[in-house]
Amino acid sequence: MDLFEYQARDLFEAHNVPVLPAQIARTADEAQKAAEAIIGSSGGKVVVKAQVKVGGRGKAGGVKLADSAVDARAKADAILGMDIKGHRVGIVMIAAAAPIVEEYYLAILLDRSNRTFLVMASVAGGMDIEEVARTSPEKLAKVPVSATVGIDFAAAKKIITSAAFPKDIEDQVADVLVKLWQVFQSEDATLVEVNPLVKTSDGKIIALDGKVTLDENADFRHPDHEALVDHAAANALEAAAKEKGLNYVKLDGQVGIIGNGAGLVMSTLDVVAYAGEKYRGMKPANFLDIGGGASAEVMANGLAIILGDKDVKSVFVNVFGGITSCDAVANGIVQALAILGDKASKPIVVRLDGNNVSEGRRILKEANHPLIEQLDTMDGAADRAAELAAK
Amino acid sequence: MAIFLTAASRVIVQGMTGSEGTKHTKRMLAAGTKIVGGVTPGKGGQVVDLDGHQLPVFNTVSEAVAATQADVSVVFVPPKFAKAAVIDAIDAAMPLVVVITEGIPVHDTAFFFAYSQEKGRTQIIGPNCPGLISPSQSNVGIIPSDITGPGRIGLVSKSGTLTYQMMYELRDIGFSTAVGIGGDPIIGTTHIDCLRAFQDDPDTDAIVMIGEIGGDAEERAAAFIKEYVTKPVVGYVAGFTAPEGKTMGHAGAIVSGSSGTAQGKQDALEAAGVKVGKTPSETARLLRATLKG
Repeated sequence: MDLFEYQARDLFEAHNVPVLPAQIARTADEAQKAAEAIIGSSGGKVVVKAQVKVGGRGKAGGVKLADSAVDARAKADAILGMDIKGHRVGIVMIAAAAPIVEEYYLAILLDRSNRTFLVMASVAGGMDIEEVARTSPEKLAKVPVSATVGIDFAAAKKIITSAAFPKDIEDQVADVLVKLWQVFQSEDATLVEVNPLVKTSDGKIIALDGKVTLDENADFRHPDHEALVDHAAANALEAAAKEKGLNYVKLDGQVGIIGNGAGLVMSTLDVVAYAGEKYRGMKPANFLDIGGGASAEVMANGLAIILGDKDVKSVFVNVFGGITSCDAVANGIVQALAILGDKASKPIVVRLDGNNVSEGRRILKEANHPLIEQLDTMDGAADRAAELAAK
Repeated sequence: MAIFLTAASRVIVQGMTGSEGTKHTKRMLAAGTKIVGGVTPGKGGQVVDLDGHQLPVFNTVSEAVAATQADVSVVFVPPKFAKAAVIDAIDAAMPLVVVITEGIPVHDTAFFFAYSQEKGRTQIIGPNCPGLISPSQSNVGIIPSDITGPGRIGLVSKSGTLTYQMMYELRDIGFSTAVGIGGDPIIGTTHIDCLRAFQDDPDTDAIVMIGEIGGDAEERAAAFIKEYVTKPVVGYVAGFTAPEGKTMGHAGAIVSGSSGTAQGKQDALEAAGVKVGKTPSETARLLRATLKG
């Protein structure tokens, strides 16, 4: 789960990473009040920043300097409701403006390739770090960190020195890195990035902008992370699926897909898209993995979500019975259609293979449901589902 | 021969007394796997009867190894307790630990993987994987044992059901070993580890490698194949039509920016001389053609 900047800032603050005073606002009124509170405490200017989970908001006009609370109100009014790369701005963060003299980069992330954690540090901050990595790789220090060792002050100091930070701020930056490690580890993050980390004219080191990604697998030990979920952003179908515990992703095609196992479902999306080339470019409408235990209830929930998608013209149920036997899946489909009744109104192509397949196919055949059509192969069924969607 | 797992493998089940552990222990026993006991902290000393097999339960893996000479452990414990279970197995110097559990926090996996590397005595397969099968010899995990029998194809895959699908497509030829390495961001055994083992296994003639979007494991495997593998390799990559920025089921299956795309993986594999199928069935046809060729 990716966090908004203000959520990252709050997490940083909770772990004593130095940040600037800030508040969020959802309306121009709130923005003015927030600016008054911040200017009242520190004097000077504020920055109004669009809260969107996408890069390049500065260039898009989503970050503005305001020199008074009234000005902050005007700037917030302009930014709220803006569309930045397909993301509508619903929240702005009002932060104290800092007198920046230097910009640096600091991040801790999961390095999948090397199966470890990685610190990236650079004195060339403030810009696109991938650009720095490409054009002047010598300015980006990359240091692996073992999960069994972590980062204490001595380790942090070594990393910061190797990244050639100025001597006079080495200790300060190392201290920030130790605290960022605490955020990374204790919050179960897979990414903690500060860009820029700034030095102010009075010599302070401050995390000015932050990006944090949290591991949802670790939610069981972070009940507080639930409050960070952006419910407004979820697609209505995705939200409904999540509520039912289904692994669903909305896509932009017409063939609804249900399968078991992430790999097989991904493969099904591909096979349907290839088949769809013959039928006016029909494409998969969703990813839906019902997992190993495809009970009637899970199948009914899955079918209900997919049939509730107005873009869906046909459905392809693609199951390889491994642990789950095909007769259980077939019974699940039949019962699901009974539960759904009139709500089930689109043709459903079913392909079953694997464990107890003959019994599964027999059950579907005998059910003789007008919407169900069975095919023996994945390719053949994908073709038929695409054809039906194009009708 | 087969790789990693043979008829001689002596297997313990961590979490055997839980519902998943019990269900799959019965299945593994029915497939002929030599299960010699189970581990559940706090339940040591019990003997469990599973379909007529009397299986001793131990509190720790070390005790289980001392009593049974087990050399493989399969982990079915829930995500919350998986880290402790795997560390217990590593501390017992268990040679092979197969972690079936889905949904383990990646910080926990990063920790036990790093710990296994430090100790240098334990190979981990998974987590979030279906396990591995050397048909008619041994089956560890949740792969159905009745899809196909022994043969001379080696299979390595990130995905469970795609593993089953591919075994089914090639059921008339059969497999030396099929390994499901799992789809998490950090996994203990990679495509490369399996490719090396299959290359070195005299009973494997050809290799099927199934990948999916996300990460750069397939690209790395391609480089390894070019350098090391002389046996024919056929590949399949799932996720050509997956959009950027959406996680497709597996925690690792996500296209971010230009990296991790299916096309990039296919290109890398083909550049290494691997024939890549567009669908599972086409991949099976390519493999058949390779064997005839």
